[in-house]
Amino acid sequence: MQPLTNRSKPVQTREMTFLEKLYLPAIWTGMVITLKHFFMRKATVRYPEVKREFSATFRGKHVLKRDDQGAERCTACGLCAVACPAEAITMVAAERKPGEEKLYKEEKYAAVYDINMLRCIFCGFCEEACPKEAIFLTPETIPSMYERSDFIYHKDRLVESMDKRIDISKRQEKKLAVNN
Amino acid sequence: MQDEETIPQTTSTEEFILNVGPQHPSTHGVLRLKVTLDGETITHVEPVLGYIHRSIEKMCEKLSLRQFSYVTSKMDYLSSHMNNQACAMVVEQALQIEVPTRAQAIRILMCELTRIASHELWWGASGLDLGAVSPFFYAFREREMITDIFEETCGTRLTMNYMVPGGVMADIHPTFVAKVKEFIRLFKLRFHEYDELLTGNTILINRLKGVGVLTKEDAISWGCTGPVARASGVSCDIRKWYPYDGYEKLDFKEILDSEGDCMARYRVRMEEMKQSAHIIDQLIDNIPEGDFQAKTKNVLKAPKGDYYTRVETARGEFGIYMVSDGSQTPYRLKFRSPGFSNLSALPHIAVGAKMGDLMAIMAMFDLVIPDIDR
Repeated sequence: MQPLTNRSKPVQTREMTFLEKLYLPAIWTGMVITLKHFFMRKATVRYPEVKREFSATFRGKHVLKRDDQGAERCTACGLCAVACPAEAITMVAAERKPGEEKLYKEEKYAAVYDINMLRCIFCGFCEEACPKEAIFLTPETIPSMYERSDFIYHKDRLVESMDKRIDISKRQEKKLAVNN
Repeated sequence: MQDEETIPQTTSTEEFILNVGPQHPSTHGVLRLKVTLDGETITHVEPVLGYIHRSIEKMCEKLSLRQFSYVTSKMDYLSSHMNNQACAMVVEQALQIEVPTRAQAIRILMCELTRIASHELWWGASGLDLGAVSPFFYAFREREMITDIFEETCGTRLTMNYMVPGGVMADIHPTFVAKVKEFIRLFKLRFHEYDELLTGNTILINRLKGVGVLTKEDAISWGCTGPVARASGVSCDIRKWYPYDGYEKLDFKEILDSEGDCMARYRVRMEEMKQSAHIIDQLIDNIPEGDFQAKTKNVLKAPKGDYYTRVETARGEFGIYMVSDGSQTPYRLKFRSPGFSNLSALPHIAVGAKMGDLMAIMAMFDLVIPDIDR
């Protein structure tokens, strides 16, 4: 086998000498390596002060997108609930009344849209199944909470707010959608 | 003169039963070993499973052919790419989907990166089991780079769900190639540290040499696969014997050792890391252009019949046997996980060893408990 570097040692098969049986040289070689790392670049970050950001494609907390006019894109078709392997999504559909055009993009909308974050495995299949580009996963984690009921996210926490729009354009674009 | 019955033939102490686990740092999970001791010598080992049984096989019967691979990345969480790949392959075999060459190349790259990451974690954790602390940090320094690459392309760091029937879920990230190249460069540069810290270390050699010898015949009869069997001289690399997803086009060696002791298992895994780096070297500049996913129907229905696929995970042969009745969901799934068969050899080879050697044997088996106890 070609060694990757010429610095690796072959494994010894002979009987150990007295010096080796003392283990002191073996401890010393290990110590030299660890001591060298005192003066090398640190591999860690100082966590509470410096935060390591997730990449833009990380699959975390869901968001229900609004369109450019601020109307909700979701039409409560239920494809995401069918695609979900963990059965985390439930929804109740309702019909749009006249005068609500600015709130909801199409005639049908989700009156209730719940995601149980304790069930969700963040596979991203809802995002792939959505025909209206309404649901996306964002690089945010779900914070810990005291009550189990707090983990059921309703629409108030899922729909993006108008003043704080979430940019999902950095996610990888899907050139090829699943089609017939 | 005393009776012959009252004089013991050999000096032995009272039989002592010791429970290792279910919560024990060196079992790396919730595995319980019922160890019967005579003094400090092991006379009998009985692994007790069931502490992390989640009935994944039964769960998969309810999920559709697209969905069931999402559960399997929770089985062997250190080689989740390979688990997903096996699931995708069994569906592809049933529906006769042809995977584009670009998807195949991406799959191999991901699998080999996973293999390096898994072996790195094994290297660091086995160092911890044997009393060396700093290998863990150096292994995780490199492993962190791989998980960062996975995070950018696949979206998650551990349970990827990236391989889907017909290819992969998304195309590789624009920075993927550069980052993998940088990782391979640093990995080769830093590999000598691993050898200096542990491989050539007399303390480690003393702990591992001649401990837990598994002969070739036993490795075959206990159904061992992966590095455990290859260290005993059994040629069982699925990538060589039943090439899948374009492994036949690549140049790599199957690492074999003849001694069958813990040191041989250690050496096989260290060399496998180098081979994986070699495979990535060949592919990273030659990812073919094209689709990353074949066009598949929205609803997949496997024809009636039974199908078997196998992949080589970081621990050995992972096989899926699927029986389909022609509906959207599999009628029955059986996972052949490498950890379960490898563990079955443990009671056999641990008998006669000292209690301290049991930890060394366990470390070199590289067990992942959720894989054993699906």
